[in-house]
Amino acid sequence: MQNKTIAQLAADLRLRTYSSVELTRHYLDRIERFDPRLNSFVTVAAESALAAAERADRALKAGDSGPLTGIPIAHKDIFCTAGIKTSCGSQMLDNFIAPYDATVVEKLAAAGAVVLGKTNMDEFAMGSSNETSFYGPVRNPWDENRVPGGSSGGSAAAVAAHLCAAATGTDTGGSIRQPAALCGITGIKPTYGRCSRWGMIAFASSLDQAGVMARSAADAAFILDEMAGFDPRDSTSAEVPVPDYVDALDNDLKGLRIGLPKEYFGAGLDSRIAASIQDAIQEYERLGAEIREISLPNSPLSVPVYYVVAPAECSSNLARFDGVRYGHRCENPRDLEDLYKRSRAEGFGAEVQRRIMIGTYVLSAGYYDAYYLKAQKIRHLIADDFKRAFAQVDVIMGPTSPTTAFPVGAKMDDPVAMYLNDIYTIATNLAGLPGMSIPVEPVDGLPVGLQIIGNYFEEARLLNVAHRFQHVTHWHQAAPKGFE
Amino acid sequence: MSLDRSDIEKIAHLARLAIAPEQTERYAADLSNILDLVARMDAADTEGVEPMAHPLHMTQRLRPDDATEPDRRALFQAIAPLTEGGLYLVPKVIE
Repeated sequence: MQNKTIAQLAADLRLRTYSSVELTRHYLDRIERFDPRLNSFVTVAAESALAAAERADRALKAGDSGPLTGIPIAHKDIFCTAGIKTSCGSQMLDNFIAPYDATVVEKLAAAGAVVLGKTNMDEFAMGSSNETSFYGPVRNPWDENRVPGGSSGGSAAAVAAHLCAAATGTDTGGSIRQPAALCGITGIKPTYGRCSRWGMIAFASSLDQAGVMARSAADAAFILDEMAGFDPRDSTSAEVPVPDYVDALDNDLKGLRIGLPKEYFGAGLDSRIAASIQDAIQEYERLGAEIREISLPNSPLSVPVYYVVAPAECSSNLARFDGVRYGHRCENPRDLEDLYKRSRAEGFGAEVQRRIMIGTYVLSAGYYDAYYLKAQKIRHLIADDFKRAFAQVDVIMGPTSPTTAFPVGAKMDDPVAMYLNDIYTIATNLAGLPGMSIPVEPVDGLPVGLQIIGNYFEEARLLNVAHRFQHVTHWHQAAPKGFE
Repeated sequence: MSLDRSDIEKIAHLARLAIAPEQTERYAADLSNILDLVARMDAADTEGVEPMAHPLHMTQRLRPDDATEPDRRALFQAIAPLTEGGLYLVPKVIE
């Protein structure tokens, strides 16, 4: 059952080949059996999942079902879920049960999806290896001594090991695409504002975007169809109509103009990964695409810019965790300042505290112009690079990550080395563009991701471009051994 | 850019973080390295470039000033560390 696509599962459920309760039990059993090795779930919500599955079965029986009715998925633990703990991977929220559902959670529930549980993640989505979680590192199902990437590492590992049909993720600097690449799955980060941020715990508000982690572009299209759309409760939500993503999957790629940014193929990229990416590009040529070299001259500045903008916004967003209204509170505070300081120092891990301090520093009196304003200006240059590129090409392709999955612990002592994992993904967030990662030929048995970047609100084209590749290749069907 | 212990103490105070004395050296080194990475921005010529505040250049959407939220104080306070009589409790601020 766990190897089937969402379309196949939906067809089986409609034909009553098995019920949603049976399918949900099957996934819950798999989580119980395999997740002790991966640590991909923070919370397994068996009871509420089975109740949702029963409701789905009733809807299926009544003929009142959609493409996701009864399909078991998981949510990254950054999305608020009423009645189920939402930890954001942090001790700060270890006791937090949200009083409401995030819009994305609400929409997928309304579509009939069954929530198996909440997936592990880097603390407050700050990390590229899923090692900063209060709940311990997640393991990569392709090699359990390696990281799954981050910050949506739990979702990526769970989807890769077939512990759920698909999962939600969020992407601020690469947090959907990089773990999708390292775990050999398909991930899409939509355009900024495409999916509601309401009830999604904020890290960097001008960059954060919800998206999908799935085993294929077609599966991702089914989920994104239900997730995307305007939400009046999110003031940055885009009032742009949502096309049918499934409908566009099979469009022909003849004449598609693909741009390859020369900056994405330079020093620092593992040559074997470069070869895998080039093979994939050749496959696109066979599908009728035209290849052009382009330049994104300011993209090498995206990591420095990001490490001003993201920490600045994080220091402001995380100011709300004060030990007063919810979350961790220290014992016996001497006074209000002691309450704030110790609650925050005890509740946040080292990486979160580093970023809060960087953000506080760059926003402090006398430094604003040199750091934040400078960064926002370069951000404009980076967005203009893409604008020029999209005047010549339809999509941009390159590697998602400069390396394959690295060993657990390898980069934990060097924050800057960790940050450079996102060298190819960050520019997309700074510009607000949609991006995807799909699996291509592995290197030494470890997954490699091809990144596809589109113009604003062109998620349908990205999914189409990914789907046509997956129609003629089998990399997305490869599954890690030991999870049968 | 190099930060020292006293810089870290000042930043930690502004951020309301109780950093243990034995951690300040480590944070000073880490933050200095991150600021060195950030300093690569200096190479870019940004003369006359407008800062980009929003990826889609949207303006803030406004809504009518109507009360739309019901009173859910009891629900929200159920997850608070310490409340009394509908109020959040903190240590005494004014003597």
